[in-house]
Amino acid sequence: MPNKTHDTPMLDELESGPWPSFITGFKRLRDAHQDARIRGMADDLLGQLEHSYETRKGYWKGGTAGVIGYGAGVIPRFSEVADQFPKSAEFHTLRIMPAPGMHYDTGTLRKFCDIWEQYGSGLIALHGQSGDIMFQGCSTENIQPSFNAINELGFDMGGAGPDVRSSMSCIGHARCEHSCYDEGRAHRTLVNTFIDDLHRPSFPYKFKFKFSGCPNDCMNSVQRSDMAVIGTWRDDIQVKQDEVRKFVQERGRQYVEDNVISRCPTRALSLMDDDGLQIDNRNCVRCMHCINVMTKALSPGKDRGVTILAGGKRTLKIGDLLGVVIVPFMKLESDEDYQRIVELAQNIIEFWADNGLEHERCGEMIERIGFANFLEGAGLEPDPAMVNHPRTNSYIRIDSWDEEARKWNERKGKAAG
Amino acid sequence: MSAQPRMPIESGVPDAFQYMHPALRRNYGQWAWHDRPRPGVLHHVAETGEEVWTVRAGTQRQMDVYTIRKLCDIADQYAEGHVRFTIRSNIEFIVSSADKVDPLIAVLGEAGFPVGGTGNSVSMISHTQGWLHCDIPATDASGVVKSLMDELFEEYINEEMPNRVRITTSCCQINCGGQGDIAINIQHTKPPKINHDLVGNICERPSVVARCPVAAIRPAMVNGKPSLEVDERKCMCCGACYPPCPPMQINDPENSKLAIWVGGKNSNARTKPTFHKLVAAGLPNNPPRWPEVAEVVTKILRIYKEDARDWERMGEWVDRIGWSRFFELTELPFTRYHIENWRGARQTLNSSTHIRF
Repeated sequence: MPNKTHDTPMLDELESGPWPSFITGFKRLRDAHQDARIRGMADDLLGQLEHSYETRKGYWKGGTAGVIGYGAGVIPRFSEVADQFPKSAEFHTLRIMPAPGMHYDTGTLRKFCDIWEQYGSGLIALHGQSGDIMFQGCSTENIQPSFNAINELGFDMGGAGPDVRSSMSCIGHARCEHSCYDEGRAHRTLVNTFIDDLHRPSFPYKFKFKFSGCPNDCMNSVQRSDMAVIGTWRDDIQVKQDEVRKFVQERGRQYVEDNVISRCPTRALSLMDDDGLQIDNRNCVRCMHCINVMTKALSPGKDRGVTILAGGKRTLKIGDLLGVVIVPFMKLESDEDYQRIVELAQNIIEFWADNGLEHERCGEMIERIGFANFLEGAGLEPDPAMVNHPRTNSYIRIDSWDEEARKWNERKGKAAG
Repeated sequence: MSAQPRMPIESGVPDAFQYMHPALRRNYGQWAWHDRPRPGVLHHVAETGEEVWTVRAGTQRQMDVYTIRKLCDIADQYAEGHVRFTIRSNIEFIVSSADKVDPLIAVLGEAGFPVGGTGNSVSMISHTQGWLHCDIPATDASGVVKSLMDELFEEYINEEMPNRVRITTSCCQINCGGQGDIAINIQHTKPPKINHDLVGNICERPSVVARCPVAAIRPAMVNGKPSLEVDERKCMCCGACYPPCPPMQINDPENSKLAIWVGGKNSNARTKPTFHKLVAAGLPNNPPRWPEVAEVVTKILRIYKEDARDWERMGEWVDRIGWSRFFELTELPFTRYHIENWRGARQTLNSSTHIRF
């Protein structure tokens, strides 16, 4: 009888049903691949996963693995049950950064497959939560040659550990009319400026940038990044009144009242008697709802830029935090604008690297030291757009009130020219 | 003398233009409007008048090379040689004429890739690594997602929900899966079991002490060996000590349970972004198909679908009907554990007489 494979009765149950089955894919590698090394690796991987399903426990441990020149980017995985599943005993992941928007030509994907058949397990995740391509299942010995091949194709390692992490940006400019800035350029400019800090961990903890082209925030940047760059505009929503009228005629006035007008969070919309739309743009908060519903009639204004928020993160250690506005609006068009956002990121990261405790995210540091102190440290000025409302608690020393009020008046004077 | 090692080319994030569909490249930053001709298909029109159609399909995320090559074959034969992926591991094929859409949908169907995930659908569940590859998971990720997507298949290929539904899963309380309209997350219910023989050699003890959110860990000598001890009255079983110190085993086949949270939203549309809120817990970690979790999730979705108004996301719907009604409709128990008790908790309590009866 040829090569007996591990029995996987529990995993087999994940082959039924209409959704594509990852188990069926692993079994193809186990049963059909021409390379015995890959067949063996897939067999033992399935065996260990079945063992996890049966015992309801995980059996991977971390360790040390990497490539020459970098301090991060390989996720080491050694099996704790290697005696039972020796062929997948080392099953490391290489995190590789895709292009912004995760675009590929098929030639590149095929080359990835070829490389991963030559050196890895034949298992690639598109994509991980960090936004990396995850080449999963590499022996320690094959890490360097597989990375060399991927690197020669024009792809670089992603982040891991206490460093600048790989980033994500929405499709934006490439295919979305809501896009308010060049997400791809911002993504590449910021991450590649910090490429040394991405490959060589030296921070208190991870630092993530994310880029969304409009307030729909398809990248979840407000909840998942230390610095969220979200597109917005500061002039008026662009309205094509003839398209508005067509929309009203097609859907009816009640539909428009119920689903557009009354859904505006600041009651800035009214439907006129001639079926046109009136917008109180001074009170529009750029929520995107009306534009999302009437994609042909409405679009963001022409004076576009970004709102920047800092300090978002998931649960560890003090609970989830949303990002907080640190820059209500800035243009992101000229080289000087890009220089300004790079300097802003440098100031934030430098202040956090100096003041953050070990394993403390930027948002947790802000929580510990207070947002007003963070603004001062990062060289930012307070603005009412940063708060839901001013303080309600009187327990605060205000020794330098007059000085702070003078600064505000000076700034306002300067802005007014 | 040995050869010089190859040093990496620190090229960083690559330029997307070289991989992008030519029509997207030509119209970069010049799109005018879009609509959705049918579920799973987007139609975008540029200021230049050029049009593209995007067909979105679900994948299993953890893909073998055969699957990726199959997708490439489809892209080469039926699309135009370019694909991209969404944040939720959907693949998108972009074509430059409408007549290519139906044949593409047909071939994706034959190959077993569901077309959908657009508009008011339940898109692919975002997931983590789980038992397949993580070093600290209490449950699997891919298997949970596969099981649930089988249940929610019709909601993926149709657009029949009041608004889009984003579901996430996480296999430990770090919650790499993120926020969602519905989040399915591990919730440990017992303090870590400590292997005192290993702590001294494996763990950097001061870091582990510092990692605890409630200062429940302190250094101790156990059986003459340096170790750590946990004040079990303080411990809230979060598992934060486990990654830096694997001998503090938090995962437990019986006592690591699943909890369900609802109402997370990252978009600024209508309402500000929100976090998801706990609605159910204590569900068993029951591979290979986690039926108890699927039952609660599908029930919540069914009620949301029936009761919410157009454009209301899960959290907006609950805001309108109130939490009393949510628990009444879903028949889920409301317990003392639903009430927040941390420093910022007062902001989550009702200090008014606004109550629905």
